[in-house]
Amino acid sequence: MKQQLEAILASAKKELGETRTARELDAVRVRFLGKKGELTAILKGMKNVAPEERPVIGQLVNDVRAAVETALDQQGQIIERLALDARLKSETLDVTMPGEDIVLGHKHPLTAVLDEIKDIFIGLGFQIAEGPEVELDHYNFEALNIPKDHPARDTQDTFYISDNILLRTQTSSVQVRVMEKQKPPIRIIAPGRVFRSDAVDATHSPLFHQIEGLVVDKGITMSDLKGVLELFAKRLYGEDTIVRFRPHHFPFTEPSAEMDIQCYQCHGKGCRLCKGEGWIELLGCGVVHPKVLEVCDIDPEVYSGYAFGIGLERTVMGRFKIDDIRSFYENDIRFLHQF
Amino acid sequence: MKLPLSWLKDYTNIDGISPAEFDAAMTMSGSKVECVDYLGAEINNVVTGKILSVEKHPDSDHLVICQIDAGQGEPVQIVTGAPNVTENSIGEICPVCLHKSTLPGGVKITRGKLRGVMSNGMMCSFQELGLEHGCVPYACDNGILFLPQDTPIGVDIKGVLGLDEYVADFEITSNRPDCLSIIGLARETAATFQRPFVVKDPEVKGCGDDIANYVSVQVNEPTLCPRYSAKIVKNIKIEPSPAWLRERLFAAGVRPINNIVDITNYVMLEYGQPMHAFDYACLSDGKIVVRRPKPGESIQTLDGQDRAITPEMLAICDGSKPVAIAGVMGGANSEITENTKTVVFESACFHGATIRITAKTLGMRTEASGRFEKGLDPSLTMPALLRACELIEELGAGEVIDGVVDACAADLTSKTLPFEPEKINALLGTNLPAQTQAEMLERLEFQVQGNTVTIPSFRIDIARMCDLAEEVARMFGYDNIPVRLYAGDTTQGGLSARQQLERAAANVCLSAGFDESMSHSFISPKFYDAINLPADDVRRISTTILNPLGEDFSVMRTTVLPSMLDSLSHNHAHRNPTASLYELGTIYTPVIKDGKADAEQLPQEEKILTLGSYGRLSFFQFKGVIEAICRELNIKNVSFTADTENPSYHPGRCAKVFAGDTLLGVFGTAHPIIAKKYGFSTDVLAAELRMEALAACADPVKLYQPLPKFPASTRDIAVLVDDSVPAAAMQQAIEEAVGAILENTRLFDVYKGKGIPEGKKSVAYSMSLRAADRTLKDEECDQAMQQAITALEKGFGAVLRS
Repeated sequence: MKQQLEAILASAKKELGETRTARELDAVRVRFLGKKGELTAILKGMKNVAPEERPVIGQLVNDVRAAVETALDQQGQIIERLALDARLKSETLDVTMPGEDIVLGHKHPLTAVLDEIKDIFIGLGFQIAEGPEVELDHYNFEALNIPKDHPARDTQDTFYISDNILLRTQTSSVQVRVMEKQKPPIRIIAPGRVFRSDAVDATHSPLFHQIEGLVVDKGITMSDLKGVLELFAKRLYGEDTIVRFRPHHFPFTEPSAEMDIQCYQCHGKGCRLCKGEGWIELLGCGVVHPKVLEVCDIDPEVYSGYAFGIGLERTVMGRFKIDDIRSFYENDIRFLHQF
Repeated sequence: MKLPLSWLKDYTNIDGISPAEFDAAMTMSGSKVECVDYLGAEINNVVTGKILSVEKHPDSDHLVICQIDAGQGEPVQIVTGAPNVTENSIGEICPVCLHKSTLPGGVKITRGKLRGVMSNGMMCSFQELGLEHGCVPYACDNGILFLPQDTPIGVDIKGVLGLDEYVADFEITSNRPDCLSIIGLARETAATFQRPFVVKDPEVKGCGDDIANYVSVQVNEPTLCPRYSAKIVKNIKIEPSPAWLRERLFAAGVRPINNIVDITNYVMLEYGQPMHAFDYACLSDGKIVVRRPKPGESIQTLDGQDRAITPEMLAICDGSKPVAIAGVMGGANSEITENTKTVVFESACFHGATIRITAKTLGMRTEASGRFEKGLDPSLTMPALLRACELIEELGAGEVIDGVVDACAADLTSKTLPFEPEKINALLGTNLPAQTQAEMLERLEFQVQGNTVTIPSFRIDIARMCDLAEEVARMFGYDNIPVRLYAGDTTQGGLSARQQLERAAANVCLSAGFDESMSHSFISPKFYDAINLPADDVRRISTTILNPLGEDFSVMRTTVLPSMLDSLSHNHAHRNPTASLYELGTIYTPVIKDGKADAEQLPQEEKILTLGSYGRLSFFQFKGVIEAICRELNIKNVSFTADTENPSYHPGRCAKVFAGDTLLGVFGTAHPIIAKKYGFSTDVLAAELRMEALAACADPVKLYQPLPKFPASTRDIAVLVDDSVPAAAMQQAIEEAVGAILENTRLFDVYKGKGIPEGKKSVAYSMSLRAADRTLKDEECDQAMQQAITALEKGFGAVLRS
C-alpha cells in the first residue's frame, strides 16, 4: 500500500510537471484527487486494510494528498505565470507610436504673461482696477497735468470720438478714476487696452496693452517705487536681473524715471536686441505729481505715491522673442499653441 | 538734439572723459543719450595729397595718370577719370584714398590696374566722403574735391574736414527746451561731471548809427509775443561761412548755406533761441507789427508755398502785410537774397500753444516751431541776438547798427521756491544734508540762499518742490536712492469676485480645448454686413472714430461675433483643420441720440465671452461647453429656447440661453450664408455670452451635498412622440410628475427613421430614482415610472414603446 501511494505521488508529480495549461492541470487534479481519482480509490480500499494499520495508512494517504495538492498549487502558479507571460507578450505595444491628441486650450500669450504680472502684484498687496477704453479727455490728459496743446500730446497720436471723448492712449487714465472713488491707502494695477494712431507694421499696432500701477499712501517715497519695481523685474525675468532707473519726463509724475533692465541676451555688452545700448527699456514710472493728487482731492502735503506703466506687448515679445506684433491679433492657433 | 562734443569745450571741460563714459553718465543724470557716433567712423586711410603731375593714359581718352605727393615718401600713382582733373590741376590738394582705405557706405579701396596702368588708390569727391556741398562751398559738384591751398599734405582727411569729431545724439524730453541747445547741454555736462561752466557774454562793437532811424516795433498781442527783440545789420556781404562754423553746423546735423543763415542756425543751436533774419528792404515803412492775421490774409513762405493764415495764428508784419508766420517760417517776400544789403535779426519769444496750433494747422512743423511750442525763456532773446551780431562782426559779414528794439511784456523777475531739503528727502527716501542738496542745485545754476531757491530763468519747467526734488535726485543719481520694499498701510491684494469669475469662465473654455484669441476693438462697418445684420439693426449704430487709420478700423464694435468669425476664417484659410477660440472681448454700446451714436457721451462697455469653433465639435458638444460654463460658475435654472429670428445664426440651430428670466446670451451654428462669406463650406459654431449676466446669475455660495447612503434605482422609458415636441419640455414634465425621488433624468437616445412613423421620433430617458432615507422599493420605482409615462401621454400624446 505504501509503495502504491508513493508510486501515485511520483506519477502525479511527473504528470503535473508536463501540464502547460489550466485545463491539463485540472485533468491531472481530477485523475488523482477527483471522486474517481486514484487517491480516492485508495481511501475507498481502506476497509480492506487491517484496523491497526488504518491510522498509519490514513496518515500516509493524507500526506500524499497534501503533497499532490501542493504540487498542483505550485504547477498552477507556474501555468498562471506562463499564461501571463504569453498574454503580456501578445499585448506588447510599440510605445514609440505617437499618443492620441488631447485637446487643451491655450491662453493667449498676452494673457499668460499678464496673469503672471497680476499674480506678482497681488502678492504685494495690489488689487486689479479697470477703467473705460473709450474715455473722457479729462481722465486721459487734462487731469494728468496734460492740458490741451501740451507738447506731450504729440507723442501720443490720439483717436478722437469728439473733442472731449477719445480712445485712451494710456492706462494712466485709470489713476484718476481710482483716486476719485477710493481714498488712500491705494495699491492697484490697471491692465488694459490702449490706442494710438500708429500705422500697423511689425513693431507698431494701433491697439496694445499697458499695465498701470498706482500706490498712494502716507510716507511713500521714491525708494518704495524702486523697491517694488526691482522686485517685479526680478520675478518676471529672473533673480539675476539687473535694473537701472534713469531720469525721464512724464507730466503726471515728478520725479519721473524709466526703468531699464540689463539686456538678457548680451548682459550689457550691447547687441542687436538692445540696439547696442546694453539695456532694454521696460517701463516708465515716477512719484505721483502733486497736481494729480490735488485734482482727486488728496492732499499732497499728507499723502504721496508712485505710479508706473508697463507695455505688455513689448514685454511679451521680449520674453518669447516674438518679432511681429501683428501675430498677437491674428489668432492663428499654430501661434497660440506655442504658449 | 545732436551735440558735437568738441563744441562743449567753449563752455566747459571734458578732458579725460571718453565718449562711452559721457554717454553713460549723461543718460543717468537725465539727458538721455541715444548714441555717440564718430563722424569719420567709416573713413580710414584717406589723406591729403598734392597733385604733382597729370599725364594722359596711353590706352584711354578719359583716364589720366597722376603722381601725387601724399606724404608717403614716394609719390603715389593714381589713375582717375574725374572730369576736373587735367593738366591744369597740377598743384591742387585733394583727398587721396590710399591702398586699403575705406569710405562711407562700406566702400573699400584697393590698388588695381586701370587699363593696364597701376592705380594705388583714388582721389575722391566730397560726396564720397559723406559731405554736403555747403560743407565745402569751394568744391565743384562733379569731380574731385580740391581743398584750399593752405591745407597741409599727407595728413588724415578727417582732421582737415572736421570729421574727427564725436557727436552725441540726445533724446530731450518736452519739459526741457533749454537742453535743445549746446549751452544747455554744456551746463548739464558740467553739472554731471562737476566741471566748471562759463558762458561768455557776447561783445558787439557796433558801427554807430541808430536803429531808431530804421525801424520801430509794435506788439499788438503781448500775450502771444511776450518779447520781441531785433537788431539791424547793414552793408551785408553774403558769402560762405568759415570752415569752423560750417563744420560745427554739419556735425550738429544742419546744412551750411551762407553766413547769414548759418549765423541764425548757429545761434539757435548754441542758445536754443530760434532766430529769424529778414531783408530790411522789404519792410515797406520801417515798421514791425506783431499781430494776429486778418481774416483772409495769406503769405508765401520760404518754401514757396502759399499759406492761408487765420486770426488764431500770429504774424510778423510790416505796416501793411505779413512778412513771416511768427515762430514757424519766414515769408518769401522778405527772404535774404544775394542782393540783400540790410538785415533785421529777430529774436523773439512766442506763446507755445499758439505756435503749436499754427504749425499743426498749416502742417509745417519746423525746427523753430518745435522749440517755441515747448515754451522758451524770454530772457534768452537778448543774449542770442547779441551773439548773432558778435558773429556778424567776427565773420566780417556786415556792420551792426547801434541800439536794439526790444518790446518786452514778459515778467523777467526771477522766480523763487522755498528750499525744503527735509521734504525733498521725504519724497525721495534719501537722507541728504541740506548743504549737499544746495550744492547739487547750484551746479544747475539754481541759487540757494537761506530758505529760498532762485530758479534760473531758462528752467521754465520748475514750479514746485517736487521739481526741485527731481533735480536733487538726478544729481545724486537715481541709482543711489536706497531701495525699500514696503511702506504705508498693509493692503490686501487680490482679484475681485468679478475678476475671479472671468478667470473661472476662461478656465472652462481652456479645459474644453478652446484657445484664447484677441481681436481689435475697432472694426469696419462692413463687418456688420458680414454677419447679416439688417439695415435697421441697432447694433449698426456704433461709436465712430473721427480720425481712424482707415475704414477697417473706424467704428468701435458692438459685437465680437464678426471678429471671432474673422479669426476662425484666418485659421481655416491657413489650412488648420480645426480651431476653437474664445475671446473675452469688450463691446461698446453707444448712447443713441436722434438715431445716431451720441459722440458726447461715453459708450457702455461690456465684456462678451465669445466662443467659436469649426471642424471638431458637434452642435451638442458645443452646447455642452456652454452648459459646463454655467455649471462651473454655479448658475442655476439654465434653460435654452430656440431662436429662429437671429439673422447671424442658422434659424433651426440657434438658441437663447437663460438663467431664470435673465438672458445670458445666444449660441448656435452660424448661418450658412455667413459661413460662406467667411470661406467655410462646413458648419461654424459660435456663442456670445454676456459676462455681465453670467456674473449676475453666478451663485458664489456652494454648499456640500452629503453623498447618498442608499442605493439608486434606474428606470428607462422610451416613447414615440411628434417630432416637434421639444426634449426640454418632456424632461420638465417627467421631473414634475415624479417629484422628489427623481434624482436626475437623462435623455439618452433620440431616433427617427426606419421603424418610426413619419413625423414621429423615439425618445428615451433614463431616470435615476433615490430616496435620502431608505432604499426604494420596486413598487415605488414602478409607480414613479408610471407617473412619468402618464405625464408624457397626457402632455404630449406620447405612446410607450414596448
